[in-house]
Amino acid sequence: MGKNIRLGIGALAGLLLLRNLYVILFNLPDEMEQGPIYRIFYYHLPAYFTAMCCYMTALVASVLYLTKRNLRYDAIAMSATEVGLAFAAVNLITGMIWGRVIWGIWWAWDARLTWALICWLVYFGYLMLRQAIDDPSERAKNSAVLSIFSFVSVAITYKAIEWWRTQHPGPVLSFRTGQQLIDPEMERMLYTNFFALLLLAFVMVTVRLNQENLQRQIDGLRRRAHAL
Amino acid sequence: MIFLQVAAKDLRSELRTKESLNASLSFAVVILLLFSFAFDPSGEAVAEFSGGLLWLVFAFAGALILNRSFARELPNDCLEVLIASPVSGAQLFLGKSVASFVLLLAIELICLPIFGIFYNITWTPKFWPLLGIFLLGTWGMTILGTLFSALTVNLSLRELMLPMLLYPMMIPALMSAMRLTTILLSGNDIGGDDLVWLRLLIGFDVVFTTLALALVETILVR
Amino acid sequence: MSVPVLAVEHVYKYFGDYPALRDVSFSLHGGECLALLGRNGAGKTTMLKILAGLSGAAQGEVKLFGDSPRQASARRRIGLLGHGIGVYDELTAIENLTIFAQLYGVSKTVAREWLERTQLAHVADSPVREFSRGMRQRLAVARAFLHNPSLLILDEPFTALDDRAIALLQGLLSDAKAAGRTIIMSTHQLREAMELATHVALIERGKLVHFGPRTPEMLMDPGYVYRTFGAV
Repeated sequence: MGKNIRLGIGALAGLLLLRNLYVILFNLPDEMEQGPIYRIFYYHLPAYFTAMCCYMTALVASVLYLTKRNLRYDAIAMSATEVGLAFAAVNLITGMIWGRVIWGIWWAWDARLTWALICWLVYFGYLMLRQAIDDPSERAKNSAVLSIFSFVSVAITYKAIEWWRTQHPGPVLSFRTGQQLIDPEMERMLYTNFFALLLLAFVMVTVRLNQENLQRQIDGLRRRAHAL
Repeated sequence: MIFLQVAAKDLRSELRTKESLNASLSFAVVILLLFSFAFDPSGEAVAEFSGGLLWLVFAFAGALILNRSFARELPNDCLEVLIASPVSGAQLFLGKSVASFVLLLAIELICLPIFGIFYNITWTPKFWPLLGIFLLGTWGMTILGTLFSALTVNLSLRELMLPMLLYPMMIPALMSAMRLTTILLSGNDIGGDDLVWLRLLIGFDVVFTTLALALVETILVR
Repeated sequence: MSVPVLAVEHVYKYFGDYPALRDVSFSLHGGECLALLGRNGAGKTTMLKILAGLSGAAQGEVKLFGDSPRQASARRRIGLLGHGIGVYDELTAIENLTIFAQLYGVSKTVAREWLERTQLAHVADSPVREFSRGMRQRLAVARAFLHNPSLLILDEPFTALDDRAIALLQGLLSDAKAAGRTIIMSTHQLREAMELATHVALIERGKLVHFGPRTPEMLMDPGYVYRTFGAV
């Protein structure tokens, strides 16, 4: 992709995020029960959706790599996972801050919270495996397999954790009970911010993709030089 | 049924050297001992987390067994010879899984009475359903672990990588097995709402066995 | 002309962006023996791994007996002798050969016969770990030949062998050649290889720069192939 297009989309994402931040802080009213802290949801939830989109992309790219054996797909899978992890971290940290304010504890072992952490660890394992393999083709193949396993495992864990935690009802509420977001204006802002973060994620993935492709070319040239 | 011959070969190798068996067993006993310092081993609450405790021990012991699974083939380049033989990747994988499964199950069955003695838990009345849970849980752990063993076999860091990949991914199986084991060790039967855990465990085993058998050839052929 | 035992057509293999093999094509028929020459890192081992089904080609096609190398029927007819000996140290000689007999679907009595042929019958029940280097190599040879393969893939077969194992392997290889089997070996030991070879190939930086019949000059002067066909 052209550098200018990437810059353009990045600028658009930045402007949109700024404008959203302004609206979130100054235009939208406080939520009745939670007060001002509820605003963190405008980042918490969209970050989660964005991370999920990244993991999904990684899954599709991994399957494509295994069928087509084109290293571009491997680079997409890797970049999407990395960016996904960054957004998942935003999701986790904003969740913790919100929990500290509302529940009084940083970490409540709520079902979704636990799941998000497991998810993060699983995909972090994917990146660790990549680091440990030297040969690019071997790395692409093995990590594609691991990406498929990661996605399936994370999908199964989603339900399992919910059963586990709901069978152990804790003193805390599920995120879903905080659904006063039906106010159309607030809901619209959630989607707008999701769109802005998605654009940002897209730009980040393309930047990483570009780096990865260059890195691969450099490695190829190095090997060629060694062979001389 | 060629996978049984692969399994027999692995078991024979292991029983001759006992390198992972001894290490894994003594490690399991050490952890059983260490847990007694983490909480009051004679307290009333022990039964409530007995399943969790037991399966953590199995998971730690399992990593030591599973680490050896494909690594066993590295000296003398035996792995290449096996992959080049007419045995399919799936058969090879299944054989290796069965071997690790048998070894791990043996360790579990030795740990269970030791656990009973250390923590004053009666397990004999529920032995058969307990064995069923052990079989299902151990199979889930073995199938994922053997796959990751194949995935990491050529890495210098494989001993570190395997547990790091394995533990987060086998959480659903581990949770089910812990829960069901706790129910049985508390003297109750599995029924009603708890059946959902049994279904989860079986589902986990089926899904990952299928996925592993479908993808292992891709991993082994470079 | 008959169907070639081994046909390699326009094969490419990459490590990342680096082409380890570039557009390699050749074919071999029954009774032919190819000596694959080339420097370290030229792509010899990569080529042999693709032939043995250990590795897949990125582009192009490899056919063994008209089939893909990953077909069990094709692999059943391959004998592989790589860098490692491919036997288990903790198992006995007879146990090792029995396992491979089972994997290849041949009778267990064959395992005993091969211990006799490789003069290892007296140590059949000792673990391989106690073997001398030469004995281990002879066991590896027995392991590779035990299922009577029609295609032998040998990576540097003479490099690590002692005199007795070299004699054994040379005898087996010339018998195999006479019986119409196909042999492909990568090698540094030019003399031993050249005596057996009917064809010679030279790989340089992933490219097959020469493939043709072995000529008398090559037998007289081992450096001839490199000087005549090599670019570097």
